[in-house]
Amino acid sequence: MTIDRQIVDSIERAGVDLVCSVPCNLLGAVMQLLDAGRVRHVPVTREEEGVGIAAGAALAGRRTLLLMQNSGLGNCVNALASLTGLYELPLFLLMSHRGGERERILAQKPMGQAAPRVLDALGIPYDVIATLNDCIRLEEALRATYAESRMRAAFLQPELWSCSA
Amino acid sequence: MQRIDIIRRVAERDGLIIANIGFPARELFSVQDRPGNFYMLGSMGLASSIGLGLALSQARPVYVIEGDGALLMNLGSLATIAREAPPNLCLVIVDNRVYGSTGNPPTARAGATDLAALARAAGCARVLEAEDEQQLQTALEGFSAGLTVIVAHAEPGNADVTIIELSPLEIKNRFMQHLQAG
Repeated sequence: MTIDRQIVDSIERAGVDLVCSVPCNLLGAVMQLLDAGRVRHVPVTREEEGVGIAAGAALAGRRTLLLMQNSGLGNCVNALASLTGLYELPLFLLMSHRGGERERILAQKPMGQAAPRVLDALGIPYDVIATLNDCIRLEEALRATYAESRMRAAFLQPELWSCSA
Repeated sequence: MQRIDIIRRVAERDGLIIANIGFPARELFSVQDRPGNFYMLGSMGLASSIGLGLALSQARPVYVIEGDGALLMNLGSLATIAREAPPNLCLVIVDNRVYGSTGNPPTARAGATDLAALARAAGCARVLEAEDEQQLQTALEGFSAGLTVIVAHAEPGNADVTIIELSPLEIKNRFMQHLQAG
């Protein structure tokens, strides 16, 4: 089974209803699999917009997930704090994590390094998913998000896709 | 037309209301507080997105009280709304050309931007403009026909209203209970 299939299976098994997304090269196959499945997928123009759409859906009891590159975390900090966090709505942030040691695009480095600390500052717990085995934790973290009505996050490390950046 | 006149007309409708942060939410609270009102207390710019997510997730009519300054923070939302086109979403843009909750400095709309033309160009099929309460009423009554964007032109200014005497969790919990009760 591919890593992309494992990720989408985790999302589906955890009962996610709505995924909002902004593209990343690493996440292309995940998004295609999502579109072929039963979860509603709403591509958005900017990550913060996805936080808003997810909040509206969560008010109706939906299980929501924002799929994006870690750079997008910077585009939605205030909304995460003053909307999702303030009203204690559940939301899972699933991010490809760029900017690591093997990253060849220099511009990915600053936000890649800052992203975990941004989550720390917001009080959002996160998992680092770096191997196929780690995917078990992804489904557990998703279930905890909706059970506890809070935010959680996970970084998908590039080494999951062995041939990627 | 003042913003609170627009809000009064929207509050007469049967449906859920998402109210933009600041005076729009406070004026709605003052006009008619009810469990089906969701008052934004932060996240300026996201009223239309919250409304879209809510409209996609349940069948009741959703009214969004948006502002020109707030919409300009999240213009991409118009494109997403046009693509998803939920039939139960009515976006009411109070176009008063100022940031009313922060001392009334002008928005970029005070230049040459035409918000109704922007919404049409984004792909929203049904876009109406209201210069007075009669036109607004007619536009609101036509909402049953599907996704509707109403640009309601208003004078700058805020009503003398109280702050919202509810905690964020009170706002959320009673809203969700109201939805679950059908």
